[in-house]
Amino acid sequence: MSAIHCHQLCKTFRQGDEIITGLDHVDITIEGGEFVCLSGPSGSGKTTLLNAIGGLDTPDSGEIRMGDLRIDQLERGALADMRLHHIGFVFQAYNLIPVLSARENVEFVMQVQGVAAAERARKARAILAEVGLEGLEDRRPAQLSGGQQQRVAVARAIVSQPDLVLADEPTANLDSVAAAHLMGLFASLNENHGITFVIATHDKRVMAYARRLVKMQDGKIISDEAQ
Amino acid sequence: MAAHKLHFSVLLTLSWRNLWRNHRRTGIMLGAIAVGVWAMIFMTALMRGMVDDMLSQGIRNLPGHIQIQHPDFLDDPSVANSIAVPGAEFEALLQRLESKRWTTRIRVPAVIASERETRGINLIGIEPAAEDDVSGLPALLSEGRFFESPLDGGVIIGAKLAERLETRLGKRVVVMSQDPDNNIRERGFRIVGIYRARLPGLEEFNVYAARDTLQRLLRIEGRVSQIIVVGEDYREIEPLYRQLRQQAPPDLQVRAWYEIDTYLAAMFNMMDGFVLVWVIIIFLALSFGLVNTLVMAIFERVREIGLIQALGMRPALILYQILMESTLLLLIGLGLGNGLALATIIPLQDGLDISVVAEGMAMMGASSMLYPKLTASDLLLANSVVILLGVLTSILPAWRAAKLDPVRALNST
Repeated sequence: MSAIHCHQLCKTFRQGDEIITGLDHVDITIEGGEFVCLSGPSGSGKTTLLNAIGGLDTPDSGEIRMGDLRIDQLERGALADMRLHHIGFVFQAYNLIPVLSARENVEFVMQVQGVAAAERARKARAILAEVGLEGLEDRRPAQLSGGQQQRVAVARAIVSQPDLVLADEPTANLDSVAAAHLMGLFASLNENHGITFVIATHDKRVMAYARRLVKMQDGKIISDEAQ
Repeated sequence: MAAHKLHFSVLLTLSWRNLWRNHRRTGIMLGAIAVGVWAMIFMTALMRGMVDDMLSQGIRNLPGHIQIQHPDFLDDPSVANSIAVPGAEFEALLQRLESKRWTTRIRVPAVIASERETRGINLIGIEPAAEDDVSGLPALLSEGRFFESPLDGGVIIGAKLAERLETRLGKRVVVMSQDPDNNIRERGFRIVGIYRARLPGLEEFNVYAARDTLQRLLRIEGRVSQIIVVGEDYREIEPLYRQLRQQAPPDLQVRAWYEIDTYLAAMFNMMDGFVLVWVIIIFLALSFGLVNTLVMAIFERVREIGLIQALGMRPALILYQILMESTLLLLIGLGLGNGLALATIIPLQDGLDISVVAEGMAMMGASSMLYPKLTASDLLLANSVVILLGVLTSILPAWRAAKLDPVRALNST
């Protein structure tokens, strides 16, 4: 994956009459194959940084580059294409499309990408087996546990071999066993497939898996250490 | 192309399944669309049937779809403006016509007198053998008999006129009119038949006699007032009309029913506009429900829309997906509405008895049996309006969904 460079990123939000700083002149570079955890208390800017890197949110100022691509300057359609082809997302909750089965959820991104049906089905079954959901392919999200739903979301995020997986509090709704299972899965995918992970969390169990820990506070990076 | 097919497939799957997420809401909306479409088609068929009846009655009373006459006859329908009975060549042309339904008539102003009363009338000389095809007069007889030959010596009068003249079947009346030299001609006739018109107003004025008898009375042997031609359908007389205009002798005037009676023509032309307005009014009522349903459906899944945006679905595809959902809803509703309309119209093909309001219908020139008339163009219009305007109405909520900010959408509760 091309490295991601964030330079002097700033983002503020208005909440009523109050201006809240989301990102305050953030500089960070993430190289391909890294396993990075963004940690910090609520409101420290982790999710804002994640959203900016993923092109879900546009910074007020500063630059975000993925190789030669200026993510912060792309229009909505191009941002959607960039996410479709380069980035996998795992959110804290509400990760799946409720009207689609586990397999269809996993196939969804490939379908929008234009991957042929047979190949989609093959890849989806393989990845669901890899995340331990063999036999549950045809279940709808409502028929799966929280941990199983997160694994479907992970399967969907990685099935099309994205350059980068952005995960926002992926273990927040999971018990410790499911959380450990999920993080083990992330670590194995990072090691075996070379997928770059950037995970926003304030869960110490998750941070234990990180090889680079970036601490944030009040929209600023206050420490950035290899582990 | 392959990618477009895949997009279509994923959009269709999402749309179809989203449609059935809230069965009750979708069911209510489908019911509303079906009832709306039924109302569009069923009421249009009733109106079309009523207006068609009014037009048919009106044209029957003209009578005929096309009239050929002296150029001055419409301004001065006197015996002086008569024309020769068609010669062999023109008769051959009339015989070649597709419908082959034509006749000649004498039509002059006259006065009829009974023992007690005198009234002004339209005296109409008809060819008995051909009249049934043109005006259906024999079927309207309520008493007595129809003419037995062109030289029959009786008259047929309307029931209302008989009442006014205080006379009845079998009594004698005297009919007076002018010959071409303005001499008064009169003759006694026996009332051989009394008719009841579908439009009671006509009963008072139209008095029928046999054509040849009238020719003798008015001294116009070999001449008539009009040649009446009837086509297969009053709506499709243009080819026949053109053919007659081209081939009729130049000293005769050929006029179509819509030129003779501009009121009927206006009614005919107005009907299409009226149907369109009616269909649009019903659609407007429907559109509120449709937009509300879509807005609610979108409101309930704002986070999901944020999610599919995050996964890389372009805003345009989200717009298409919502529009497809709306289109599916409309198509199912249309199917149900059309089925319901057909199921209610087909059993009424033998007519709907509305004799309780017969007097009002008669004032409008329509009979007391209403025959719903379902036309392909009305079906097409109702379906097209619902689908086209329905999709147009859905664009705004769909566009708003496509423009949702992904972060806000994902964080919405």
